[in-house]
Amino acid sequence: MIQFRNVSKTFKRNRVLDGIGLDIGLGERVALIGSNGAGKTTLIRCLLGEYTHEGTVAIDGRAPRAERTAVLAAIGFVPQLPPPLRMPVGQLIGFAAALCGSDPSRIAAIALRLGLDTERVRGQPFVKLSGGQKQKILIAIALGRDARVLVMDEPAANLDPEARKIFFELLAERQSAATMLISSHRLNEVAGLVNRVVELDMGRVVLDDRVADDVSLAGLLDCRIRVKRAEPAFAKALAAWDFRSSADGLEWTGEVAGPDRLRFLGMTSRYVALIADLSFSETEKVSPAGTAP
Amino acid sequence: MKELWLTAKLDIAESLRARWFAIYCLIFGGLVALLFVFGLTESRVLGFIGLSRLLVTFIQLTMAILPIFVLITTVRSVAGDREAGVFEYLLSLPVGLAAWFWGKIVGRYLVIFLPVFAAMAGAVAWALIRGIEVPWGMFAYYTALLATMGWCFLGIGMLISSLARSTDVAQGMAFMVWLTLLLFLDLILLGVMIQERVRPEVAVGIALANPLQVFRTAALALFDPQLIVLGPSAFVILDTFGATGYKFFAVLYPAALGALAALAGYLFFRRGDLP
Repeated sequence: MIQFRNVSKTFKRNRVLDGIGLDIGLGERVALIGSNGAGKTTLIRCLLGEYTHEGTVAIDGRAPRAERTAVLAAIGFVPQLPPPLRMPVGQLIGFAAALCGSDPSRIAAIALRLGLDTERVRGQPFVKLSGGQKQKILIAIALGRDARVLVMDEPAANLDPEARKIFFELLAERQSAATMLISSHRLNEVAGLVNRVVELDMGRVVLDDRVADDVSLAGLLDCRIRVKRAEPAFAKALAAWDFRSSADGLEWTGEVAGPDRLRFLGMTSRYVALIADLSFSETEKVSPAGTAP
Repeated sequence: MKELWLTAKLDIAESLRARWFAIYCLIFGGLVALLFVFGLTESRVLGFIGLSRLLVTFIQLTMAILPIFVLITTVRSVAGDREAGVFEYLLSLPVGLAAWFWGKIVGRYLVIFLPVFAAMAGAVAWALIRGIEVPWGMFAYYTALLATMGWCFLGIGMLISSLARSTDVAQGMAFMVWLTLLLFLDLILLGVMIQERVRPEVAVGIALANPLQVFRTAALALFDPQLIVLGPSAFVILDTFGATGYKFFAVLYPAALGALAALAGYLFFRRGDLP
């Protein structure tokens, strides 16, 4: 579905991409990882037809640069840094929906599922929203249409755990119909979301590996944690994940979205000396898929 | 076409929210108000009385303000958007590059032309109410001059925006262009000619290539058809074009220059990296 053939990009004398070759099929969920300056954003911009480059990039055999409108109609994009748009949220949604041939109410419905009522922020300048609100709007615009390719740069970085859960559900609903390219600095941020990992370094592909795809995007894990003593900082961190504590504050229970488990363990690792016991069990509950508006 | 109008609408809405637009409207609205307050419609200078005197003064002042205003605000907003990452996101949406670029031009053009025209039209409306005679021919020609002046400098501004990769460079380039055109106005050219450093034909040729000078001469020609104030260069202009021919030249040449600059800007924009 997506093909990169010997793609190179040079800025002045700095070669940022160096002969990238990749084939990504329909339904693949690819993590594009690498340190700063590895070439992730440049590769994404080549895919979006925003950069000129050597070699060829094609989506369903079409070049994004030469056939922009047709190609980009099939791509939903969430940038790493929200653009500083001064236009009101309502206008942004209307503009994006009109260009993509989508319905603004569909975008609003997805934003609502993520916990943002667009009616309330409709007249506010996009740039004045909080980081999380901006991210929700951009995700809603990307998912509020029939995109066959989803390109997302650190998409869940600014979302709270509850919104992340819903975001994973939304991705699960698209799993079979779309190809996903998710960029991140760290693999643990996106590991649970993907079934293939591509690592870039100095503009080259240094790792291209399939990963076990056992955890469903919409799967949930029951988690139980016992701590040696009540610690306010840890309690605050767990409360942010919607965990509930026992009366004495020594036992905590809650649900963690399957793709978020590494991120959750990353958080708990900071309090490892405090933890007496930690267990995960797969729950029968699965976030409902196919309920997209 | 739908994409073009969507982009134009977006640019218009963006401009209406911007502070520069409020200042822009205030300047031209204020100019007309001041000209009325100072009683230019009642003064008699060079045989003028009535609205023609006000219109001549208004267009002379507009020539001094509009080009630099259009150049700076255009390059600031376009290059600034690119620098801030706005292009990266908006150009990831399915909009054609031609629709995006020309849509921005259409939107921006309406936003820069309409306030200047409205100020002038407002003066005419006020004159009608007060029973002052309106020189309709002059009003129509000045409208054409304003329309072509806005277009010319918008085209140049869009070309600079496509060439420059940062706001600072774009602003610097815009200022240099304006300064260069200002340096080659008739006064400086006359000085150079007097010192016999260039042949008169070259000086007149440069003046005719300079859109600022073309507007200035055309505005003068309406109340001084023999262009006496220009001295000997008037003979070259009138012999080459004739009075009516020059009026057409003064509208068509800057319009063509603006269109060429905008087209070159589009070709650069399409050819290079977008964000």
